[in-house]
Amino acid sequence: MPLSLDHVNCIYATDTNHPVHALDDICLTLEDGQFIGLIGHTGCGKSTLVQHLNGLLKPTSGTITFDGEDIHARDYDRRALRGKVGLVFQYPEHQLFETDVLADVCFGPKNLGLDKDEIEKRAREALLAVGMTEEEFGNSPFELSGGQKRRVAIAGVLAMQPRVLILDEPTAGLDPAGREEILELTAKLHHDNHMTVILVSHSMDDVANYVERLLVMDRGRVKYDDVPKEVFKHVKELEDMGLALPEITYVMRSLKRHRFDVDETTTTIEDACEQIMNLYRMRKAPMDGQNGSSSEEKA
Amino acid sequence: MIREITIGQYYDAESVIHRLDPRVKLVATLVYIISIFLVDNPVGYAFVAAFMIVMVGLSGVPVRYIVKGLRPIMIILFITVLFNMLLTPGRVLLSFWKINVTWEGIRIGFTMALRLVLLITGTSLMTLTTTPNNLTDAMERLLRPLTRLHVPVHEIAMMMSIALRFIPILLEETDIIMKAQMARGADFENGDLIKRAKALVPILVPLFISAFRRANDLAMAMEARCYRGGEGRTKMKPLVYARRDYVSYAITWCFLAGCVLIRIFL
Repeated sequence: MPLSLDHVNCIYATDTNHPVHALDDICLTLEDGQFIGLIGHTGCGKSTLVQHLNGLLKPTSGTITFDGEDIHARDYDRRALRGKVGLVFQYPEHQLFETDVLADVCFGPKNLGLDKDEIEKRAREALLAVGMTEEEFGNSPFELSGGQKRRVAIAGVLAMQPRVLILDEPTAGLDPAGREEILELTAKLHHDNHMTVILVSHSMDDVANYVERLLVMDRGRVKYDDVPKEVFKHVKELEDMGLALPEITYVMRSLKRHRFDVDETTTTIEDACEQIMNLYRMRKAPMDGQNGSSSEEKA
Repeated sequence: MIREITIGQYYDAESVIHRLDPRVKLVATLVYIISIFLVDNPVGYAFVAAFMIVMVGLSGVPVRYIVKGLRPIMIILFITVLFNMLLTPGRVLLSFWKINVTWEGIRIGFTMALRLVLLITGTSLMTLTTTPNNLTDAMERLLRPLTRLHVPVHEIAMMMSIALRFIPILLEETDIIMKAQMARGADFENGDLIKRAKALVPILVPLFISAFRRANDLAMAMEARCYRGGEGRTKMKPLVYARRDYVSYAITWCFLAGCVLIRIFL
């Protein structure tokens, strides 16, 4: 059963001169097993939204249900909910505190009240899943590299074996290789464990390649909710919100303007390569060498 | 959660009082505090209270904000009134068992309470209408003569403003870390004392690390801009008196003179 939000509003600082309407009448259903991207400009309410999903924040009005149950009902166990809806914060490595990597990852499952063997089993599995090796389990988490710290922190949430995994800007502050690593990891988790994954980002390039559903937020509202291809048709509106299309979509759009027969809503590099190669082959076969130079360049 | 705590509790609004030079506000607040202890009769208190009420009216700060500031001293007020009422010798008004309530007691008790209320509302009006940074600026400027006595005024002011600046940052950081650990199933509300104290470790360790990291970053950033203390340093926004500031000084001194006159002649 999915996680769903019904007319959720969130207003901060109500008793000052400047109340902030962080979430404005949000209605959403997040189906099981989906890979969802949540995108928006800084301050549009994405972090606020995800903190509502596991009951860390209480909406000013509206209801949030998980498996059909209101998560703010009086006797609802929100701690158990946080085990099922795992949330990885921005810069999660800033929350590491234990003396060694394994102990830190054990913190989550320990809080769920599991027995000792199960805790350790889950922690080990999670660490291996994020690509840490057995030798590193005993290291201090503060001696690891930036990318490793972040992977350990993600393992800390994974060890609770949540059904829904939410990652808030998981690639912030990482180099391109580290970024790729984290994104591949989330894609793998979604694919292998059939986890519902919600990837929060402000970069279209991060999400375009992976997600099957894209939510675009602007000033506390969900503006678009569709497959990436459809969302990217609203070029002007997205740019007005301070968001850009993926780089590759811009390349394809400019190719289209130069009258090459390509799909201008392409969002992934693989897809684009294939189209350009096809174009190249088609041109080359009937009339060899004629006007093929510019597409060759792009390919 | 923690977001609701406001320290320094600046209330952002557009008003004459907000626009005043912070030095004026600081001096006026000092004068006001002196005046509270200067006056000693009902007319005097009425005068000071009226001044206070006019200032609150001009400041555009909602009255409930000011009342909120009084809440923490409610118990002190209550105890002050009670003890004075019961323990002051004088004309007995009510008497039961060995306890006497006297006229003098009631009078002194309520005077003390009134003084406390005026004191708190007056000073909190200053912090509500002045940003902490402006306040330290004013303090630095007013204490400048002390540099001749080799008091590091600028450095003290700089430390104060950095400390003040870090309060909201660290509060926000605490909020995030708490939430992040709660997202990992941490429980800060239930359990006995020892269990709750232990639950703080996952918050305090990351918080300390981040405080040191931030302090380090700040020091580095200041050094990168060749910061080297107060001597010869100019300000981007130097404090300059406007006409309204001189007028306010005049009003302040008139107010003080009024209090003195009331004290002498009434």
